[in-house]
Amino acid sequence: MKVTLKSLTKKFPSRNKKGEEVIAVNNVSLDIEDGMLIGLLGPSGCGKSTILNLLSGLLKATDGQIFFGDDDVTGLPPESRGVGLVFQNYALYPHLTVRQNITFPLENRRGKDKLTRDEMNEMALETARLVQIDTLMDRKPSELSGGQQQRVAIARALVKKPKILLLDEPLSNLDARLRLQTREEIRRIQRSTGITTVFVTHDQEEAMSISDLIVVMRDGIVQQVGKPQEVYDNPANLFVAKFLGTPPINVFNGEVRDGKLYIGDEAILDTSLDNCEVDVAIRPEGFELSENGGLTCELSRVEVMGRDVSIVATHTAAHTPTIRAIIDSDNVISTDSVRFDIKPSKMFVFDKSGNKLTL
Amino acid sequence: MKNNNLKAWLYLLPAFVFIGAFLVYPLIDVLIYSFEEGYNFASQTYFGTGGYNYSYVLHDPYFLKALKNTLILVGVTVPLSTIFSLAISVALSSIEKLRNLFQTVYFLPYVTNTLAVGLVFMILFNQTPYTPGLVNTVLGVFGVEPIDFIAGPYWAKMTVLCIYTIWVVMPFKVLILTSALASVNETYYNAARIDGTPKWRVFRKITLPMISPTLFYLVITGFIGAFKAYSDAVALFGVDLNAAEMNTIVGYVYDMLYGNSGGYPSYASAAAIILFAIVLTITCINLLVSKKHVHYN
Repeated sequence: MKVTLKSLTKKFPSRNKKGEEVIAVNNVSLDIEDGMLIGLLGPSGCGKSTILNLLSGLLKATDGQIFFGDDDVTGLPPESRGVGLVFQNYALYPHLTVRQNITFPLENRRGKDKLTRDEMNEMALETARLVQIDTLMDRKPSELSGGQQQRVAIARALVKKPKILLLDEPLSNLDARLRLQTREEIRRIQRSTGITTVFVTHDQEEAMSISDLIVVMRDGIVQQVGKPQEVYDNPANLFVAKFLGTPPINVFNGEVRDGKLYIGDEAILDTSLDNCEVDVAIRPEGFELSENGGLTCELSRVEVMGRDVSIVATHTAAHTPTIRAIIDSDNVISTDSVRFDIKPSKMFVFDKSGNKLTL
Repeated sequence: MKNNNLKAWLYLLPAFVFIGAFLVYPLIDVLIYSFEEGYNFASQTYFGTGGYNYSYVLHDPYFLKALKNTLILVGVTVPLSTIFSLAISVALSSIEKLRNLFQTVYFLPYVTNTLAVGLVFMILFNQTPYTPGLVNTVLGVFGVEPIDFIAGPYWAKMTVLCIYTIWVVMPFKVLILTSALASVNETYYNAARIDGTPKWRVFRKITLPMISPTLFYLVITGFIGAFKAYSDAVALFGVDLNAAEMNTIVGYVYDMLYGNSGGYPSYASAAAIILFAIVLTITCINLLVSKKHVHYN
């Protein structure tokens, strides 16, 4: 099912009478193709969960429209939208068994859609097999691990064959190891059902690793939409550049003077830009050790991480106390200061208000 | 380890002393009295031991009347007050405006003196030569003949007592249930909404199981409280409950101890032990039933 958001806006009234209303989602337009896995990504309070709740119908939009396929669902209540929602805390009914939890949505059907007990159990088992919990059907949620509970929640959302599947911070309650496993699992389940899926996360690695498309948000406004690698390689602004990537991108104060881009006193490369102050952001993997390199940094320490070596250094023009460069481990460093060449594809220049500049 | 044990016993000592002196010892004492025939407080004497006290009490028409009254009171007021409080709490939870006002209104009876409220009830229901009473006036509008609720037929008096008891015990239940309802996590309701669950089913399948521990607590304490009813009847019908046919088991025990300027502590003890046995049995049945229907998270 294709999902379209047209200038969607959600305002919350302020808590006290004097204060201004909070705009959680600000004029968001988005096209989600059928069968895609979309990651809504952003720091807390950026409005990503609000979008999810608007899609589910739990919240009513202040302005704008939501289409599922060609149908305008903006005014529809949650139950008429045919969405499956997996809550952050799973919201499994603790007094019901896994089987009863999964059949719960089916038992709500009335009239001609009403199912027999056998049909319901069959559908529940089928869905449970898909998420590989079919051996746990008679347990209570409290007898399951976090990962298993997560799967039950997904099964409960999938069993009614929803048009779209919504996942709210699906991995945040799992430990690091389980998180890796479960995100592969979500990918697999999404692939095998072909269901359009939207998930919300504040973890960029999570979003990058499994999404077809990521939507980076900040303060209710969409910053950039694109395939994960594209967004990483070509961030639209400084916020997106800083938000994506671990270790984070290094940002320096720079200056364009007479056709050259300077960091500190050193000219890094030629540019056609007019003279101005800029921010220069360089990915950690964008540094190359070179004896005649254009950028000189004071070495703090070297962290060896097997395949790579992480150089922690300082530079007076950097925004952060230390910068981090990742290089191959066959390089040997013995001096107090290091000189780098910069790979142009890993370097981005932004004006002082954060917009990207083309060199 | 040994040191720790000693410390633990020391900390437990105050509780043990109080429970032992004021609960366990009297209970055993009552049990002993109940088997001693014709025990006299003043002379501390009795003239025999055996089950005669029980046999007397169980054949005493006043006790049987009190037992019947108590059972009716329990059977009517516990379920009704629980259901009403649940309905009121659910209604309170679903309104937003004036919720605090209504909560206060519903809680007022709890902080009001039993006897004062009894007086009000008596005025509401009482017939005098000058007026049929407020309730009878209202009933009269529907064409019902005036009924003497305070000194009239048995069923009329029992109705008043039941209504009064329900009214008195409800505030506490409403208070507890309202907070239990508020503590049910909102996401369960959201999850149910997404799945298009009808309201009644949400209540039966989600709300009720979630608040079942609280409900169970209220039912158990409700049973125990209703079995111990006495002051409510006094508030409505005065101290001579036997004459009013409205005596309760606790009232019977009281009469046996202090009534007739004498006192029959042995009979009183036997009646008290019978009441204890009934309450214990009912509570055990409650516990057994609850295992299936109460969900502790």
